[in-house]
Amino acid sequence: MNPEEGPTRRGFFGNLFVAWAIFLAGVHFAGAGAVRFLFPNVLFEPPLSFKAGVPSAYAEGVDESFKSSHAVWLVRTLSDPLSDRTGIEGMYALSTTCTHLGCIPNWQSADVKFKCPCHGSGFRMSGMNFEGPAPRPLERFRIVRADDGQILVDKNQKYQWEKNQWTSAEAYLPV
Amino acid sequence: MELFESIFNALASPSLYVILVTALFFLYLWKMRTFSRPGWVVAFAVMTTAFFVIGAQNGDFLKIITKGDNMPIVIMIFSILFTCSLAFRQASVNDMRIEKGEPPLEALDSNKKVLVWPDLIYPEFICTVLLGALFVFWSIAVEAPIEEPASGTRAPNPAKAPWYFLGLQEMLVYFDPWLAGVVFPGLIVVGLMAIPYIDTNPKGNGYYTFKERPFAITVFMFGFIVLWVALVILGTFLRGPNWNFFGPFEFWDPHKIEPLVNVNLSELFWVRMLDTRLPDAALIREAPGLLLLGAYFVITPALLAKTLLKKLFNEMGFARYSVLVMLLLGMGLLLIKMVMRWTLNLQYFVAIPEWFFNI
Repeated sequence: MNPEEGPTRRGFFGNLFVAWAIFLAGVHFAGAGAVRFLFPNVLFEPPLSFKAGVPSAYAEGVDESFKSSHAVWLVRTLSDPLSDRTGIEGMYALSTTCTHLGCIPNWQSADVKFKCPCHGSGFRMSGMNFEGPAPRPLERFRIVRADDGQILVDKNQKYQWEKNQWTSAEAYLPV
Repeated sequence: MELFESIFNALASPSLYVILVTALFFLYLWKMRTFSRPGWVVAFAVMTTAFFVIGAQNGDFLKIITKGDNMPIVIMIFSILFTCSLAFRQASVNDMRIEKGEPPLEALDSNKKVLVWPDLIYPEFICTVLLGALFVFWSIAVEAPIEEPASGTRAPNPAKAPWYFLGLQEMLVYFDPWLAGVVFPGLIVVGLMAIPYIDTNPKGNGYYTFKERPFAITVFMFGFIVLWVALVILGTFLRGPNWNFFGPFEFWDPHKIEPLVNVNLSELFWVRMLDTRLPDAALIREAPGLLLLGAYFVITPALLAKTLLKKLFNEMGFARYSVLVMLLLGMGLLLIKMVMRWTLNLQYFVAIPEWFFNI
């Protein structure tokens, strides 16, 4: 065979380059698609901030109406020494996620505590951890008064006790 | 019946349970040649069966042991009894032969050749068919333990892991997730991988023996029986609603109140012993725990190298000895922490929630 007619060394590398380029482009395209998958256009989740009626609708204690829909407990209390509000009646929004491994504790009104069914962590009504393995208290969310007088809970902003954030102005809503 | 139930409920209090299992484990290894005799093995099996049969008179206990999730545990108890007895029996027989200067039993048939087909494949095939039939029958006869549709906002009470993970879940009760969920399981895997490098004893290769490698077998079986199997059993039968402890014949009352107010070591040291308030700086506050852990992981190995494990240290050299002792101390830490939690309600030796660093 005449070597002039067969594939040349230069031509071979040219083809190799094109093949690799197509392959890598395909891989990156698929990779980009996979990453895009993590940011869906629509999230079928409840909005992170929601209105929860007027404070006078809540009696003292733990309200579980927003537990299943928004993963929040609304607590009304006469005094909250842990956030430097001793003797100031008000409300706060507690996260329903256990700080140990993220299970959902149950409110046990008879024992006045939140108790996690997974590893036995227990929290006081304030959210303070006191039994089991949970290393820190439940988180609180931003709670303010909306323009129309309703309670507005905003889960975009969370407050952690161990970082001294419970004393923030919007972590507690005096009523 | 009532006496039977109250005896076992009392034995099942967590500290007593772990101490009892540990004691029985060492008693078994000490008197292994006796306990692995067929007569004793049958006696153990009969006693275990009797426990389940008598216990099943209690409706709640019956419900627990016949739940689809838990039947493997009951089977596991018997299969572990069988496999351990078999292995220790063969080890005992070989040990006695070696003492008399005879070769181990396995040496007698080592020159015999067997063919893969039919000697290996055929029994394997028969086993596959039989087990396949058993599982088909089982899946038809026993209802799958399916619960209500999963919900992101409600966890079943108690929320139990699959049975083979209950030991891991039990560890999570005493430690932070990064420790009990990542470091310890990692250490188990790494430790198992390190065995060929740590244990270079050539004896026991291809035959059962206990006397020629007592340390290796004791450590491995301790990790397996006490730190894994016993914790799986504890998680299955003794953990009830709210992850509280219940005796095997105690009613699973979701409102059972256990006063379990945790204290950290820092609180015990600064507040209860020195009667001052907790220092603000995290490192000073946790200094007692850090020092204690430091001593545990630095001074104990050095002490052991001079005393109890002197021979081992001289044989193994510094590096291999250190790896071995670190793994052993890690195993010990788990037990120490569990007993401290049950007796003193100790939450953490070192508690720095600011950095999510708790031990």
